[in-house]
Amino acid sequence: MAEQRTAVLGTGQTHHRSKRTDVSMPGLLREAVDRAMADADVAWSDIDAVVVGKAPDLFEGVMMPELFLADALGANGKPLLRVHTAGSVGGSTALVAASLVRSGVHRRVLTVAFEKQSESNAMWALSIRVPFTMPVGAGAGGYFAPHVRSYLRRSGAPEHVGAIVAAKDRRNGALNPYAHLRQSEITVDSVQASQMLWDPIRYDETCPSSDGACAMVIGDEQAGDDAPDPAWIHATAMRTEPTTFAGRDQVSPRAGRDAATALWHQAGITDPLSQVDAAEIYVPFSWFEPMWLENLGFAADGEGWKLTEAGETALGGRLPVNPSGGVLSSNPIGASGMLRFSEAAKQVMGRAGEHQVDGARTALGHAYGGGSQYFSMWLVGSGKPA
Amino acid sequence: MTEVAVVAFAQAPNVRRTHGTTNGVEMLVPIFDEVYTRTGLSKTDIGFWCSGSSDYLAGRAFSFISAVDAIGAFPPIHESHVEMDAAWALYEAWLKIRTGEVDTALVYGFGKSSAGELRRVLSLQLDPYTVAPLWPDSVSIAALQARLGLESGRWTEQDLAEVAARSRRDAADNPRAQFSGETDVATLLGSAPTTEPTADPTADLVADPLRRHDIAPVTDGAAVIVLASAERARDLADRPAVISGIDHRIDTPSLGARDLTTSPSTRLAGEAVGTDGVEVAELHAPFTHQELIVRDELGLGDDVRINPSGGALTGNPMFSAGLARIGEAAQRILDGDATRTLGHATSGPALQQNLVTVLERG
Amino acid sequence: MTAVESEPAETPEQPLSAPLDIGFDYTRSVGPVLGRFMAALAQRRILGVRGSDGRVHVPPVEYDPGTAEALDELVDVAGEGTVVSWSWIADPLAGQPVQRPFAWALVRLDGADTALLHAVDTGGDPTSVHTGQRVRVRWADEPVGHIRDIAYFVPVADPPADAAPTAPAPPAAATGADDDTTTVDTVVTPVQLSYTHSASPEESRYLRALADGRMLAQRCPGCDKVYIPPRGACPTCGVPTTDEVDLPDTGIVTTFCIVNVPFLGQRIAPPYVGAYILLDGADIPFLHLVLGCEASEVRMGMRVRAAWKPREEWSTTLENIAHFEPTGEADAPYASYAHHL
Repeated sequence: MAEQRTAVLGTGQTHHRSKRTDVSMPGLLREAVDRAMADADVAWSDIDAVVVGKAPDLFEGVMMPELFLADALGANGKPLLRVHTAGSVGGSTALVAASLVRSGVHRRVLTVAFEKQSESNAMWALSIRVPFTMPVGAGAGGYFAPHVRSYLRRSGAPEHVGAIVAAKDRRNGALNPYAHLRQSEITVDSVQASQMLWDPIRYDETCPSSDGACAMVIGDEQAGDDAPDPAWIHATAMRTEPTTFAGRDQVSPRAGRDAATALWHQAGITDPLSQVDAAEIYVPFSWFEPMWLENLGFAADGEGWKLTEAGETALGGRLPVNPSGGVLSSNPIGASGMLRFSEAAKQVMGRAGEHQVDGARTALGHAYGGGSQYFSMWLVGSGKPA
Repeated sequence: MTEVAVVAFAQAPNVRRTHGTTNGVEMLVPIFDEVYTRTGLSKTDIGFWCSGSSDYLAGRAFSFISAVDAIGAFPPIHESHVEMDAAWALYEAWLKIRTGEVDTALVYGFGKSSAGELRRVLSLQLDPYTVAPLWPDSVSIAALQARLGLESGRWTEQDLAEVAARSRRDAADNPRAQFSGETDVATLLGSAPTTEPTADPTADLVADPLRRHDIAPVTDGAAVIVLASAERARDLADRPAVISGIDHRIDTPSLGARDLTTSPSTRLAGEAVGTDGVEVAELHAPFTHQELIVRDELGLGDDVRINPSGGALTGNPMFSAGLARIGEAAQRILDGDATRTLGHATSGPALQQNLVTVLERG
Repeated sequence: MTAVESEPAETPEQPLSAPLDIGFDYTRSVGPVLGRFMAALAQRRILGVRGSDGRVHVPPVEYDPGTAEALDELVDVAGEGTVVSWSWIADPLAGQPVQRPFAWALVRLDGADTALLHAVDTGGDPTSVHTGQRVRVRWADEPVGHIRDIAYFVPVADPPADAAPTAPAPPAAATGADDDTTTVDTVVTPVQLSYTHSASPEESRYLRALADGRMLAQRCPGCDKVYIPPRGACPTCGVPTTDEVDLPDTGIVTTFCIVNVPFLGQRIAPPYVGAYILLDGADIPFLHLVLGCEASEVRMGMRVRAAWKPREEWSTTLENIAHFEPTGEADAPYASYAHHL
């Protein structure tokens, strides 16, 4: 790459819970920020700029909360940016932070994303009734369930595959001390026995609503060289398409396919399934694992579920997907994308603890948002890019 | 690293109220057309898109998503969004071009301020535990700032009225301004003879010490800027406005903990970009006294022409007014009327966050 | 000088608009520092926090504005102080502390180094407030552990004779699980906002047609696709849709979900089928309800027809159609709608 090489120097996250009533918003952010700065071994004077990401302001009832958070973020006198690209925002925020370094403007940037869902109710905020329309909306689950049904019809995937994903991710979550849901005893049968919420999506196939934050310190080549085990950023991609349009493929949106194509091309990856060691993919409802495996090019159209069914996406499989437990185990919406990106970084840094994928050298972080229309992703590696 | 230039700017008419939607599509489609025509670019030529807007202005989550319809965003586009004035979207686009990843970017901002009660909505920007529950409105907070300067001798009512009078006079040459008019300090302060029988010199004192003329109007609007790498810019504009510096900083949100008559963030950003030799400055000051603070922090002397567009006091479309200041500053260079200009944007209560850019003839 | 700010009157050609009110009682956990501040307020005491530089901040900040260091040394300050700056609000807005003309003021309490933003009541008299004035707290009658426990300030000399009308008190805060009254966990902050939501000109024509029982679509001049509702900008072409097309009220279900889950703000009792309905002749589906059969009988490709409400209930909304119901015709073949999924 012609531009400045860029690396993740450290990551941090909160203990995610449905209600973190023990902390304020500043306290929640600082729990993640302090861990990331300790992990990166940097002080406030090392930080040149701060990039904040968060989903809709209506969730916390604060307009542009980064303004009041400036003290807690050590941002006074520094540049502070606030990104909002719907559910993909945690990923996009990391990419904006990386571009501050890649462009040669800054040496070390702190980036943080958060959501404190317990301040309000996301189902309420996402289902506010807009005049003149039918009040059919039923939050994110109601929005995505029809498209999951379309996937089932299109791929012919057997019904238990969704439950396999859910059981795997929740068991992975049990290995992650920060995860909101840690269910080591969950089984495919118990998932299939759980209540059908938004048919065809069951209760146990649905992400929780979490309070949480995630932070990273991103540095330039020199900073990466000085770090003991940085995660080098090998490629990044973002794509957007409209929510609805005539003939739109809502199961495997072109924006996601285009972003993945650009990502693999940038990184010189020709066979993602063999060349990527671990993937943290934004899977808020179980079926999105096989859907995104296809959209990302890990499997041919209609074939993604076969990788899942064969156990290839479990720890120990060909491509462990969401070894951290993923969005199905923790979902502080605005931070969920950054958690995917930082968990990918932790894998190649060798700092994933109990959910470490043995020998992971290349890992994908992926996020999507809106009506499956905003995509952001990065590929990180333990080796410096050529 | 790649140099970046502004090659085109357009803005929607600044109006008190549009009948359009809160997603800005009706305001954006015509101004996208304007910049396409001016540059010869089409949507598929644009390497990166970035926008600025606010869900709270629209009163609903994800309000910016439908704005991408105005682009015709299929095939998919490389795009991002900041929940800030679009001047900060321009900053993100500037970064993107500098990395060498793309060589053109289209930046837009939009906002329908009239959809809600703006000054009350903006109180949600304040500390949610100890300040926002009191609902202090944005005008009252600016008025506290204005009084500190009046009583400390930093500025006088005449100084403020002079800013307002100059802005209104200059706006006469700006067809997109919300209002304009020939006036002077004596008229604005009610000390001139008047033919209006009901004229009451205190009637204008809408948020003592601020008078109506000290306060930017509530404005619906949108703006767009096209950026290109300096190399590409030569094909797209006769006189591209090269960004010689751009920087932004933030100050503490604690209103009672800082000297509100100063703006350290503006000063730091100005020092970072270097403001010497600027001929024209477009400053985003929604209140007359804030123009004086920003001028001072940027070290702009009396020889610098301030806000020839009329500035935010004659049209302050939230989330695009800052971008429009950069656009107006760039336009002086695109038109060949200046060689070095400055654009400034502000965000948050009492000038909390500020962005400064200096543009030069390439 | 002229101020051109006239508003055209609503005419049949104007786009439609309607009120959009959003309200929520946000539950804010305040953390340990503000928790003690809030608990002290309930006891009619005010605490500040000592910053890295020794300054006492009131209200307390959790992190130092200069060093970003976590702060936790709380100190008592007085309920009396000095006005540093003020502004006058003649028409208080909803939710503001005093509901008659009052002054917003930055008040530096005795013992504090920073100023607190709050209201000063002078009985509505704008000439009775000035910088340097001594003011003191007027406590709420029943403090609950909230910033609004400070009802407002009044001049120490010559306070107004009557109590000021105030906004409704916030709901009580939640204290620690062990009922520890030295700290507050959560405060409740109601946020009520009113907006005017506007439909686009294209959507407004469609809505007015709905009021006449018609399904009015528009074709995009760029890609020839038929959109219902019509669009201010075709999402793929970026130009307004134009040529009008009347569509029948029959079509198919492309895909759907069965909503079994109740949630806050829900307007239809579960279980119900939310389905994408593709009208015959349209190139894009929209979401609506399917009734008239068991939820389990709804299928992808099922033929449906609109069930309209009685004509006297029609207005400019898609809700004129109560739901869609099966026509009993044969299902559409998958290939005919696969590209709409």
